[in-house]
Amino acid sequence: MNGTIPAPTIEYALLAPMLVVFGAAIIGVLVEAFAPRYLRSAIHKPLTLLALAGAFVITIWQARTNIPTRPSAMGAVAIDGPALFIWGTILVLAFVSVLLINDEGHFVASASAVPGSAEEERALTEGAVHTEVYPLVLFAVGGMLLFPAANDLLAMFVALEVMSLPLYLLCGLARRRRLLSQEAAVKYFLLGAFSSAFFLYGTALLYGYAGSVDLAKIGSALGSVGGQDTLLYIGVAMLGVGLLFKIGAAPFQAWKPDVYQGSPTPITALMASGTLVAAFGALLRVFWVALGGLQWSWTPIMWGVAILTMVVGAILAITQTDIKRMLAYSSIAHGGFLLIGVVALGDKQQHNVSALSALLFYLVAYGFTTVGAFAIVTTVRDAGGEAWHLSRWAGLGKRRPLVAVVFSLFLLAFAGIPLTSGFFGKYAVFQAAVEAGATPLVVVGVVSSAIAAFFYVRVIVLMFFSDPAADGPSVVIPGGTWAVGAAAVLATVVLGVFPQPVLDLAHTAAQSLFVR
Amino acid sequence: MEPAKIIEHSGGVIGVSWLLIALPLLGAAVLLLGGRKTDRFGHLLGVATAVASFVVGVLVFLQLLGFDPAERRRTVPLYDFIPGLTKMGLLVDPLSISFVLLITGVGSLIHIYSIGYMAHDPNRRRFFAYLNLFVAAMLLLVLADNYIGLYVGWEGVGLASYLLIGFWQHKPSAATAAKKAFIVNRVGDFGLAIAIFTIFTAFNTVSFAGVMESGAHPSQGTLTAIGLLLLLGACGKSAQLPLQSWLLDAMEGPTPVSALIHAATMVTAGVYLVTRSGAMFFPEGSTAAIAVTIVGVATLLAGAIIGTAKDDIKKALAGSTMSQIGYMMLAAGVGPAGYAFAIAHLITHGFFKADMFLGAGSVMHAMNDEVDMRKYGGLRKVMPITFATFLIGYLAIIGFPLLSGYFTKDGIIESAMEHNATLGWLAVLGAGITGFYMSRLVFMTFFGQKRWEADAHPHESPAVMTWPLIILSVGSIFLGGFLILGNRFMTFLAPAVGRPEHLPSFHPFSVAGLVTLALVAAGAALAWFKYGAAEVPVTAPRGSFLTTFARRDLYGDALNEALFMRPGQWLTRLAVFFDNRGIDGLVNGIAAGIGGTSGRLRRVQTGFVRSYALSIFVGAAILVGAWFVVGNL
Repeated sequence: MNGTIPAPTIEYALLAPMLVVFGAAIIGVLVEAFAPRYLRSAIHKPLTLLALAGAFVITIWQARTNIPTRPSAMGAVAIDGPALFIWGTILVLAFVSVLLINDEGHFVASASAVPGSAEEERALTEGAVHTEVYPLVLFAVGGMLLFPAANDLLAMFVALEVMSLPLYLLCGLARRRRLLSQEAAVKYFLLGAFSSAFFLYGTALLYGYAGSVDLAKIGSALGSVGGQDTLLYIGVAMLGVGLLFKIGAAPFQAWKPDVYQGSPTPITALMASGTLVAAFGALLRVFWVALGGLQWSWTPIMWGVAILTMVVGAILAITQTDIKRMLAYSSIAHGGFLLIGVVALGDKQQHNVSALSALLFYLVAYGFTTVGAFAIVTTVRDAGGEAWHLSRWAGLGKRRPLVAVVFSLFLLAFAGIPLTSGFFGKYAVFQAAVEAGATPLVVVGVVSSAIAAFFYVRVIVLMFFSDPAADGPSVVIPGGTWAVGAAAVLATVVLGVFPQPVLDLAHTAAQSLFVR
Repeated sequence: MEPAKIIEHSGGVIGVSWLLIALPLLGAAVLLLGGRKTDRFGHLLGVATAVASFVVGVLVFLQLLGFDPAERRRTVPLYDFIPGLTKMGLLVDPLSISFVLLITGVGSLIHIYSIGYMAHDPNRRRFFAYLNLFVAAMLLLVLADNYIGLYVGWEGVGLASYLLIGFWQHKPSAATAAKKAFIVNRVGDFGLAIAIFTIFTAFNTVSFAGVMESGAHPSQGTLTAIGLLLLLGACGKSAQLPLQSWLLDAMEGPTPVSALIHAATMVTAGVYLVTRSGAMFFPEGSTAAIAVTIVGVATLLAGAIIGTAKDDIKKALAGSTMSQIGYMMLAAGVGPAGYAFAIAHLITHGFFKADMFLGAGSVMHAMNDEVDMRKYGGLRKVMPITFATFLIGYLAIIGFPLLSGYFTKDGIIESAMEHNATLGWLAVLGAGITGFYMSRLVFMTFFGQKRWEADAHPHESPAVMTWPLIILSVGSIFLGGFLILGNRFMTFLAPAVGRPEHLPSFHPFSVAGLVTLALVAAGAALAWFKYGAAEVPVTAPRGSFLTTFARRDLYGDALNEALFMRPGQWLTRLAVFFDNRGIDGLVNGIAAGIGGTSGRLRRVQTGFVRSYALSIFVGAAILVGAWFVVGNL
């Protein structure tokens, strides 16, 4: 007995999707180390896509056979209905984002070279490519999978870092506008580390309060531990900062426009879709499993955060002249709409299921549309790279009607116009919130949507009702991007016209709620 | 005698009576969708579908005659129209079949006539498509076995009328007239729509059979309201006071349109509506029925007075149409004693008015589309067939003994006299004025000196135009006597609308009849001295204030403009002002406010990572503080 450590029981089968992704990431590292440069790309692309697709198939298979009712891996990971749904969503979004990454020309040849130096010039002429992108993406996706499924705060912190660290790097790898890209990476890293510290400090304080980092145990401690409220309140607030930072809720949103703008656009797409989904999954789990008993106190605070987030996102987006920054603010506003759904979680089981399923549907709908929108951004190019300034998009409807129509569709979906996926997403969330008694919040949400509709429609007007400039940008659509756009259009339209299957799926997934 | 029960029917020609509507509708669809490819045979197809529909109508009529009179109300179920509200079916009974035969019969003749009249119009195919559309809609109106189906037909008729009045849309006057007709009709249609809503609320059904047999007993007030709203609808479509103003302008349409729609069929829809709803909503002596008679008498006098002063041949005829429909309304308001006369007059009027309108078209065709009668004169010698047929129509309308109008109008006057002597004598007065203005029209056109424009070379119209005139004039001679003598039509119609216990008998020498004849003769004589024997000035003299009153349509338009149009325009201007200054100001103000806020807020986004970190720190501090505040509440 003495000195022996009992071997943990790990349900490898249940963890298989994560294991496949992480395994592929490690193989990717080995490829980087041993395969000759000319082969790497050819190995990475199929490997990455196959890993993501395989993980997705396993997830589906798991969801169809048995959904565990207890946490797995000694209580560190909880694989339940919502987690599986979120996994499926993240894997599909990551898959389409990788299709975007596949298309050449987004990443720098040599990231370590000083921008504009002779060294960089040489790497360019040699045709060097940063194939490390692929294993980095796989690690980030692995982190995204673990983040919403983590059942204790330490596992969640590890997941947060596994997800974030590769993304910090990926942000700095843009081929064009190197300085902006490196600035974005440094900012993201500094602020991310700052917020991680908050998360960790909150974890420590909660451990001090509850004597455990296990979410369920913290939840049960809420009713039994007395006289430690200071620890609890500060701990919960700190934890909240870390999570709200990741979803870009105000007042922790400042990084989002700068990072979204500077990053290579395919990475922006991955962050705007996958990271957001993962962060919301984690946020829901923490506030539902661990802090469910404290709901009466966090609900008003979440109200304030949701209102501030929607208003800041919608209002600041109006004066943006850069398409990527505009989409970043749009993403902030959508984070606010999603927070309405978080507020709608309440005491009654029925409300919880409908609010949770509404959130899950919203995440799918928004994720697809946002990847599609960023995919379109990659196709409109000037001599110096992508044409970000809105004035360059003037008259695009006359030059490339199809591209403009597709982008308009995505913008209308963001605005929540009926017959697009965005309408049902918003509708489901708002309806759940009204049922839960959060009507004033819904009113703010609708007003913000109206403000947001202005800048979406403004872009449409610009594209279709302005004359194109003589030296307007050209539109280049590589095969992968084409497929991504088609998939996003399909998802946006099908979820907008015939949403019931996915709504049912989300409902079934939400039925089991989060396991404790 | 009460109307008979409506029974379900299947089989035979009646079973496929939907063909009546489907045939012209198909014609319209082919001509409208086929485009220029159908230009070559468009007019022939249009005529063929109308005639085919007439043939089906005759067969349906014959089958109907085969049944016992008490079983002559038959409904043919078609499909579930509005699930849970009403099924769609066709009601074939003596009333609807009378209309079917009139619409398809006279309609076919006018189709044929139009081949010649529109021969040189580049859009002849479109014209026939609209005519077919009109026939289909009108047939739906009279055949539907429920109010909603009737309403669909009602609106379809309104649409076809709009399209045809504005057929020469390159003329601003035609476009305006079409718009006016549409808008004025909208007022009436609104009344009909609300009436149908009320019927549904009160009876929980909209089918005629359902309402008739409904056990519901709505309050008298509800019934009166429904009756008055239905009357409003009828006034719109039938150009009765106060919604009469559109009919005179509607003469901007091609003349066959004036003949078919604005004389023979569409304008009779109001009479149909009142008669069809009579047993339910206009029982004898009810407020609604009294309102119908008052509207009828007022319109018959107003139309006649307008007719005395018009120099435009079509407008004089339009005034006459108003007046004659006023007679029908009067009879319809009288109740079961009047229905048969109302519908009989409607049918004979359909013949002689179509005859005269087409005759007028023939004259215009000959006179380079001149419509001013002061520039006609002496045309009887150059256009003998047109003259002869027109003369028969004229004699019929003024009630010349033994012609159609004599029997039917006399029936109306007699039944009105029995109902209320004042109404009866006013109707007699109307007949006298009719004698004057119709004689004036005939004398100015066909008699007296030639006052033609220099380039006018009148000639008789081609056979395709004269044959319909001849057929119509034969009807104008004999139809009235055939229908009225021996109460033939009243007996036939009785299962559909009921009839009085004592059948009226025809008195050739009643007091009212003799006075009517005397007044008509006096009117005709006056017209002869003023317009036949005397010189007619080519430019209209100023005339007394009474003449001006009549020329200006009794100031109906002025009244509408003062009461509705100008206040409406002011309201529009006010709304625009309020929209620009108030609402737009508010909206733009909010937008500017948000934009300004956005511009100020974005300065917070400095780009310095230290500021961002500070904002996170401050945010965290606020969050912690908030938690303490909320937690300790």
